[in-house]
Amino acid sequence: MSIAQNDSLKFECETGNYHTFCPISCVSWLYQKIEDSFFLVIGTKTCGYFLQNALGVMIFAEPRYAMAELEEADISAQLNDYKELKRLCLQIKQDRNPSVIVWIGTCTTEIIKMDLEGMAPRLEVEIGIPIVVARANGLDYAFTQGEDTVLAAMANRCPSKECNQDNDNSSKSVVKNTGETKTLDIMQGNEVLPISSDISVKNALTKMPSVLPQGSNLVQDFEQQEHPSLVLFGSLPSTVVSVLTLELNKQGINVAGWLPSQRYSDLPILGEDVYVCGVNPYLSRTAMTLMRRKKCKLINAPFPIGPDGTRAWVEKICQVFGIIPKGLEEREIKIWQSLEDYLSLVRGKSVFFMGDNLLEISLARFLTRCGMVVYECGVPYLDKRYQAAELNLLEKTCLEMNVPMPRIVEKPDNYYQVQRIRELQPDLVITGMALSNPLEARGITTKWSVEFTFAQIHGFSNSRDILELVTRPLRRNQIQHFSAKSLVKSTGVTKTLSRDVSLMN
Amino acid sequence: MKLAYWMYAGPAHIGTLRVASSFKNVHAIMHAPLGDDYFNVMRSMLERERDFTPVTTSIVDRHVLARGSQEKVVENITRKDKEDHPDLILLTPTCTSSILQEDLQNFVDRAAMEANSDVLLADVNHYRVNELQAADRTLEQIVRFYIQKAKKQNSLVTNKTIRPSVNILGIFTLGFHNQHDCRELKILLNDLGIEVNEVIPEGGSVLNLKNLPKAWFNIVPYREIGLMTAVYLEKEHQMPYVDITAMGIIQTEAFIRQIAKVLNFLDKSKNYNFDHYIDQQTRFVSQAAWFARSIDCQNLTGKKAVVFGDATHAVAMTKILVREMGIRVACAGTYCQHDADWFREQVWGFCDEVLITDDHTQVGDMIARVEPSAIFGTQMERHVGKRLDIPCGVISAPVHIQNFPLGYRPFLGYEGTNQIADLVYNSFTLGMEDHLLEIFGGHDSKEVITKSLSTQSELNWTIDAIAELNKIPGFVRGKIKRNTEKFARQNSITDISVDVMYAAKESVGA
Repeated sequence: MSIAQNDSLKFECETGNYHTFCPISCVSWLYQKIEDSFFLVIGTKTCGYFLQNALGVMIFAEPRYAMAELEEADISAQLNDYKELKRLCLQIKQDRNPSVIVWIGTCTTEIIKMDLEGMAPRLEVEIGIPIVVARANGLDYAFTQGEDTVLAAMANRCPSKECNQDNDNSSKSVVKNTGETKTLDIMQGNEVLPISSDISVKNALTKMPSVLPQGSNLVQDFEQQEHPSLVLFGSLPSTVVSVLTLELNKQGINVAGWLPSQRYSDLPILGEDVYVCGVNPYLSRTAMTLMRRKKCKLINAPFPIGPDGTRAWVEKICQVFGIIPKGLEEREIKIWQSLEDYLSLVRGKSVFFMGDNLLEISLARFLTRCGMVVYECGVPYLDKRYQAAELNLLEKTCLEMNVPMPRIVEKPDNYYQVQRIRELQPDLVITGMALSNPLEARGITTKWSVEFTFAQIHGFSNSRDILELVTRPLRRNQIQHFSAKSLVKSTGVTKTLSRDVSLMN
Repeated sequence: MKLAYWMYAGPAHIGTLRVASSFKNVHAIMHAPLGDDYFNVMRSMLERERDFTPVTTSIVDRHVLARGSQEKVVENITRKDKEDHPDLILLTPTCTSSILQEDLQNFVDRAAMEANSDVLLADVNHYRVNELQAADRTLEQIVRFYIQKAKKQNSLVTNKTIRPSVNILGIFTLGFHNQHDCRELKILLNDLGIEVNEVIPEGGSVLNLKNLPKAWFNIVPYREIGLMTAVYLEKEHQMPYVDITAMGIIQTEAFIRQIAKVLNFLDKSKNYNFDHYIDQQTRFVSQAAWFARSIDCQNLTGKKAVVFGDATHAVAMTKILVREMGIRVACAGTYCQHDADWFREQVWGFCDEVLITDDHTQVGDMIARVEPSAIFGTQMERHVGKRLDIPCGVISAPVHIQNFPLGYRPFLGYEGTNQIADLVYNSFTLGMEDHLLEIFGGHDSKEVITKSLSTQSELNWTIDAIAELNKIPGFVRGKIKRNTEKFARQNSITDISVDVMYAAKESVGA
């Protein structure tokens, strides 16, 4: 199949018959990120079975999440939802005493129209713990979009600057309801002090953003410039949070907070003059909520994945704040140089994204810059407005690298994709675990897409980790002689295989 | 509603999918939302399957909620029919479609008219049955369908084979060591001069189901799956079945004797007698009888063990430990609550107590209370064992990838007895070596905080007390720690010092 050279990206949409994780999987990383949270997934055995198997060993570490497993009496409304949830939430309060309980609504609660959003505020008052409702179900969303629904719900719980004044405002009543009066006491005037007790006094005095890891004084080394408040959104491991925060500090930009924060009680302050910027491509609902409900200003930038993405991300934020970025170009060049050993492996190779976690556009852009040719970029859902800057950068990168634009397929059909893979024979297919082994058996090299979700891939220094993942199967191919051979019977492989093995001996 | 984060048996549709994907050229279409196709991941990863799992989804999304599936399910069935030409397409309902209550049977009927494949709707209710029951039911449903179809077409093969022959019912994908067990059963049957007619569903073809009645009788290796089919075939075609699980020496002998009985009943012209074979195998091929007699096994006499798993494996394991190795089973349990009566009857007299539950915290607490020297359970019990420093041998699903070994590891038949002996012996010696190391001050870097699993202890141990505790040999340390804490709680002491430890010791008079 020849790929015509296009001058702009082509978008397609297929049937949506593809494999991906259920969005409730977001609890696995969010409960670890938000340390004082408890996630309650209100669903059936099917949801539970998925979590138990997808999360593997995590299950055995007494995780801070559980299933509220619906039984037949719940479905047929013989039991009172409110009373049942109250019973379970009181039990959770007694056993774990979390600062917030996040209810994850599932397909079943959607279908039986369980009014979670209606029940939560009432129950919240009764039991004295905030309850955040996120509908992360498979009817509407795919995999990482689960985080999007949770963060969008949490954005509504972020304190507003005005909440200590007397105007009637929804977040104020919420704060009152939940007995979090401490938050109100501390936020006097515009002076914002960290409210979490485990942040040292010293940090508080230097107006250190409360999201930075304890004991970190990095901020003081850089001259801070006057600019409006900046809040970043997207759940990242705390080390990556400090890396990106530091990157902006170097440009004199102070990060006022992150959504989500390490603790629920440290959610950032949002309001009309707050600028927000996303770090992950799947957070379009959160972005929408921040703009429409919290009146924040969204900085539309490419995502800080890969050195090119990180640079573009920092530059865009600087540009919005009228700051001239310094040292970024050299920084990027240096990172690229340090990646040379991996780049030589991927240059000229072709890659096919089947699509399941919405990171595809950003990764395709990075890999194009690395010298790869992207045949197809499957993606579960594409918000062209939220990803606008990323899509522009992808287009620009393709032109600069003089490679054909990838075909972007929204809601792909795995069956058709496998046909195309057979025809194109790409050097690497990035796909889910359901298809990896069957493709490998047919001599197609694959990489599990899920790993990109859990690995640290943001910022300059983590670019190496992305390439480490991408090149692993390619390096394996270099070592193993028979890996490119088909290992499926009908093609008479067994002979080839044994001959190859004997050659190796 | 039930607060849970771990379950032993999966939801019903998993059972149905296991049946469908075990057969050759059968395709299952799930009526489910996006992301419910996690079965494909499990099969591809755990079984390391080379082929694409023949399961797709007719996706239930917002549009379906608003106006029903309408043409979607039918289109997906006919599309798959054209793409892959399967022999059978099985429409699989999930928890979601159970509530939507769409007339899936109607879709199936419509699609059946257009498609070349047979089309069936799996008859399982998500809220009433679990994975194992659903698999049992679906297998019976498919067999019944093809037997009746053959009857209608007059293509049913009813004349028996000349030599004695059997069908093996209930070998499955994602089953615990099923592939190895199947091979071992075939070897055993071959030794007995019995032909294997059909093995279903694993690797079987639905087109061959019409040949089932050719066999003289059926074998159901596992209690959970296959029994319904065997009962159906007995009723419809007067085929007797043997449902003794050939696990352990005594049970394998009982299995073979039952086969002899069935054969002698079916064929009065010959006298089938396998006594010599049993004797030879027991004494010389299987090492388990000799192992039981050897000095190694003597050391295991009276040691305490806990057994938990599915009904088949937990029962067989309990009997092996007690009758063949002289180990004391303090508690035998199963999560197959639907089969609780059978389980109780089987382990009656072999264990101190019986635990029937599908709540893993109950099992964990039981283990913490009983403090056995070894556990034989599922992956969950293995992790409980890790926390409590008690060795565990995995004998039943649910399982991890390491329970799908590449090497030959049957649990059934005579080679199975060897494997089980190794498993048991390794579990116990590891435990004993560990204790010896601790007695002689070996590795002692880890500290067990608490032995109770469901509630956190609110007691503080002072540094001195912890040091004192660490001087106590490992195998009694847990007990002393618990006794001390019990004493502290009874006397409302929150900080445990060395004094408290000795006060506690005195109070129990030890």
